[in-house]
Amino acid sequence: MSKLRLSRSDRVVLAVMVGVPTLVQAVLVWIPTLLSIGLSFTRWNGLAVSDIEPAGLSNYRFAVEDYPPFWPAVAHNVIWLAFLALIATPLGVALAVVLDQNIRGSRIYQSIFFTPVMLSLVLVGIIWQLVYARDDGLLNNVLGTAGTPGAVDWFGDPDVNLWAALVATAWRHAGYIMVLYLAGLKGLDPTLREAAAIDGANGRQTLFRVVFPAMKQINVLVVVITFIEALRAFDIAYVINRGTNGLELLSILVIQNLVGEGQVIGVGSALAVLLLVVSLVPIVIYLVRTFRRAS
Amino acid sequence: MRRPRYGTHLFLLFMAALWLAPLLWTLYTALRPKAVTDKYGYWSLRGPLNLDNFSTAWTQGQLPTYFVNSIYITVPAVLLTLALAAMMAFAVSRFTWKFNITLLILFTAGNMLPPQVLAAPLFEMFKHTPLPYSLSTSGSLLDTYYAVIAVEVAFQLGFCTFVLSNYMKTLPVELTEAALVDGAGVWRQFRQIILPLTRPALAALGTLQVIWLYNDFFWPLLFLQTGDRLPITTGVNALQGQFIQNYNLIAAGATITVIPALIVYLALQRHFVAGLTLGANKG
Repeated sequence: MSKLRLSRSDRVVLAVMVGVPTLVQAVLVWIPTLLSIGLSFTRWNGLAVSDIEPAGLSNYRFAVEDYPPFWPAVAHNVIWLAFLALIATPLGVALAVVLDQNIRGSRIYQSIFFTPVMLSLVLVGIIWQLVYARDDGLLNNVLGTAGTPGAVDWFGDPDVNLWAALVATAWRHAGYIMVLYLAGLKGLDPTLREAAAIDGANGRQTLFRVVFPAMKQINVLVVVITFIEALRAFDIAYVINRGTNGLELLSILVIQNLVGEGQVIGVGSALAVLLLVVSLVPIVIYLVRTFRRAS
Repeated sequence: MRRPRYGTHLFLLFMAALWLAPLLWTLYTALRPKAVTDKYGYWSLRGPLNLDNFSTAWTQGQLPTYFVNSIYITVPAVLLTLALAAMMAFAVSRFTWKFNITLLILFTAGNMLPPQVLAAPLFEMFKHTPLPYSLSTSGSLLDTYYAVIAVEVAFQLGFCTFVLSNYMKTLPVELTEAALVDGAGVWRQFRQIILPLTRPALAALGTLQVIWLYNDFFWPLLFLQTGDRLPITTGVNALQGQFIQNYNLIAAGATITVIPALIVYLALQRHFVAGLTLGANKG
């Protein structure tokens, strides 16, 4: 860090280098976040700014007590998180651990598992629509139910479409986690494993007692990413059926209240604030861990 | 370790088949003419394969327009993000001043928010910002590329600043201090010493950002209303409505949409994976 005195012109240059990005960030991220909080306590139709009326906590009360899709959306977000945390993320970690052992064809496997990561969630939704279609889809044809009355409409049936969407999401998420974790494993000090082997630890003991604890930093990152992805879930449910009929999610309810007919900005903002408050948990955990170590 | 690994290989082969099945099914569906699938069904190996669906989807699905729109958004957004992030990262990592860590924390946090949290105020801000009709057919910032680009830049800025500042911190302090003693100003230190050394991180982030912005669905969906202004990822969603029940055309459209991301990924695979893991390894 430079402690030498800076000239006047250098100070101006530095001020611009900091000022422009900070201004962009402030106007388009921080101020809108604060405005969301403000708007959640008002009633507004989005027309003239002078129409904004204070509304106290009524938007929150309405969302929690009288808005039918609210609790289903909360439940779906919780299921989303549980599915990613208990199935998709562990699967990605498992793939990374297996592929880290210099297996023949490891690179080809890595490419295969990684391919969905570069697809947009819109494409993931479209591709899985082709797999899940009732009579013409891959899955029901493999199961032998296509064309029979027993065929499941995987994306259409509100009892199963959440799970169908989660499988499609996991297809992409696991590959993402695999790449992150594999990079962490490759960066691990090899002497750790050698020491464990000399001490007589078997493969399982080395993995659980030596490797995983040494990967603390990546573990935190993976947990945070899993949490945030679950809260951000939007695209795939929107592509399937605009987040209705079994696929309600908080993020989608926010948007349904903001645009289109029946625009209720106050309620949409109240939902956005609830989403914000929950999101702050993993964000703060991550920031505290990251920046405490740095300082 | 020389123990047999049949179990491991079986697991990997099974998973790989599971992973490839949706992709191969899509490709196969796209290659079969509609008439053939109508006759034999989708679950069948009979009938010829050809590229007709690709040319039909390309012309009827407005794909060329969507692709050009994606370029209009992605190229300026990625360049601006990297330029602003590099400047900010330089200032927070090479100099100590009162709020540098606080600002870096706020930048990083901003990137992690769900975008829907900011949607209403941004939408209303843009709706209430008048623009001359020569610049915007809506008379406001809504339905313009400026709005989409600005928000994409702001939203990606935090992550890029975080990654680049970690990278710049690893460059020896002596480099810029020697330059300072030699009378090089702050801008020259940035432009001629730090920036060239940051090239690997910029390449990695640039590749990652191109794919991310190309894949972004939400911001264009929120801000753009005119159908022929949509970028490909938001536009391709319309294909499902346009080619109802014609899975062959939908599959062909989806396959075409994957190709640019696939090319970028294959050409710059090393950078892309490095970009994904840059933020993870240091930090």
